[in-house]
Amino acid sequence: VMISARAYGDNGKMKEYHYTGPVEHKFSPYAFNGGTVLAVAGEDFALVASDTRLSEGYSIHSRDSPKCYKLTDTTVIGCSGFHGDCLTLTKIIEARLKMYKHSNNKSMTSGAIAAMLSTILYGKRFFPYYVYNIIGGLDEEGRGAVYSFDPVGSYQRDTYKAGGSASAMLQPLLDNQIGFKNMENVEQLPLTLEKAVQLVKDVFISAAERDVYTGDALKICIITKEGIREEIVPLRKD
Amino acid sequence: MALQDVCGLHNPPLFPQWSAPLSRSFMPEDSTHLSGGGIHGEAFSTRLPGRGGLSPLEFYMPIAEYLTESPINFGQTSLSSAPTKLLEIDHLHPSLPSISAAADTRSSCSGLVACPASPKVLPIHSHLVGTTSGTSADCALWKRILARELRLYKLRHHRRLSTGGAAKLLSHMLHPFKGTELCVAATLCGWDGDDEKHEQPITEKHANTPTNQMTASNSSVVRSRSRICGPRVIYVCSDGLRLQGELFSVGSGSPYAYSILDSSVYWGMSVQEATEVAREAVYRATYRDAYSGNNVDLYHVTAKGWRRRERENLKEEYYREKERERARVAERNAEKKAILKSDDGEIV
Repeated sequence: VMISARAYGDNGKMKEYHYTGPVEHKFSPYAFNGGTVLAVAGEDFALVASDTRLSEGYSIHSRDSPKCYKLTDTTVIGCSGFHGDCLTLTKIIEARLKMYKHSNNKSMTSGAIAAMLSTILYGKRFFPYYVYNIIGGLDEEGRGAVYSFDPVGSYQRDTYKAGGSASAMLQPLLDNQIGFKNMENVEQLPLTLEKAVQLVKDVFISAAERDVYTGDALKICIITKEGIREEIVPLRKD
Repeated sequence: MALQDVCGLHNPPLFPQWSAPLSRSFMPEDSTHLSGGGIHGEAFSTRLPGRGGLSPLEFYMPIAEYLTESPINFGQTSLSSAPTKLLEIDHLHPSLPSISAAADTRSSCSGLVACPASPKVLPIHSHLVGTTSGTSADCALWKRILARELRLYKLRHHRRLSTGGAAKLLSHMLHPFKGTELCVAATLCGWDGDDEKHEQPITEKHANTPTNQMTASNSSVVRSRSRICGPRVIYVCSDGLRLQGELFSVGSGSPYAYSILDSSVYWGMSVQEATEVAREAVYRATYRDAYSGNNVDLYHVTAKGWRRRERENLKEEYYREKERERARVAERNAEKKAILKSDDGEIV
């Protein structure tokens, strides 16, 4: 149920509840449903993780609404922001994937999906999809790839990226642990799958502590050449 | 209808149940707050381009209203994207001018650094490089469209389109979106000329003015279309401005960069010197401007095409500067001591 945006402030939280004068209530086509998404790329694997809480304002709509969607055998997309636009966007992507498969007789590669998503998002440049996307998958050579997007389609390939409500909290931690930023005299070991999974779990547990829109459960999709494996870890439910 | 006119509802939307009170939805004030501080200091209207052309399936959305309420910040806001780019035409020696283009790598989104390592100088084709400023998605996409059009031109006409032509093409493609919140400020740096064989030595004075050279076939009085060879730097922005020049600095850190450039750039500097100055200018801009930072990318465009210098992290430069400052302070203290000692000697 979309409630007028005037009752809610900038990030979905309710505004002050006292009379400030006559208020004009307007309809807004957007709502903020919270949620955090994270993706990490390794030498031969990629991880896409998201929490499963769907909220709006002060309420929780669902504790079991994961934000990772499987696109192909080697690609998973994580979408957070406005749930309505996430659903429509994933439907459109899936339809385009099918069309590609039927006309070219092969599945789309991660890079191709990323480029296509950029044009789909920019197609609505003046009434954007309010979705923060992160694509994780394996590229043609089998190496992990992460592509992060902004709501209007600007994208680039990264090694790791966090998006969504707790992204400002998670990204610096990833910069330090995976990117080895701002650390002197440290041995830069390549990231193994086990270490990456453990890191993602720790990072989400921390995010659930401090961000009200993140919690309930964590779903991790692990993409390797064997296929896509899922792991579900419980988080704080308060 | 009379009542509509009285209420100020000039164009009722097709889906009235979606609409806000329309009295406020026309003529939105400038949306500089959306663009994180306004580009180029001017008001920037986001009026929808004409209501008349809407098909029945389109919602009429007074964009400014919704976007003020929504937390979307379009990825990279304009000024904050601040690539301080400098493009200078250098002289290696009078017959081999070239262009140096430098940019920082920070993309921000209203206070958050969305990406500390974004490439702001994008190669378009082998002899054309474009720097980007404004909203990243807009810049990336329009550069891509421009690259496609230039490729088609090359295939159809068997020659590369000149930088001036590319700039005109980009400017005309952006024109229908004038007045919307599209925000692109690009500088196209390219080398014109068929290939190195046809390159004419250019004298210092006329390096950038079209030299009216007669082509082989037209040696008569008629002025043929001048074959311009050499480097060109042209600034194109989504307001419709298209400017040719020798030195540009664009973005929120540009005033700081201009100060370095204006004092150090001269006609006839070497490539090494130019690289140094470009790097220093970006460094100084990152020092003072909050929205510039992280690394510096440097491209060099010559007759052979563009070449890229490795991305340099400016963090090291800050530490080196601290060292230099420390050395300077120590030296000053030593001098002062020496002067005091000699003074004491005299008084006594």
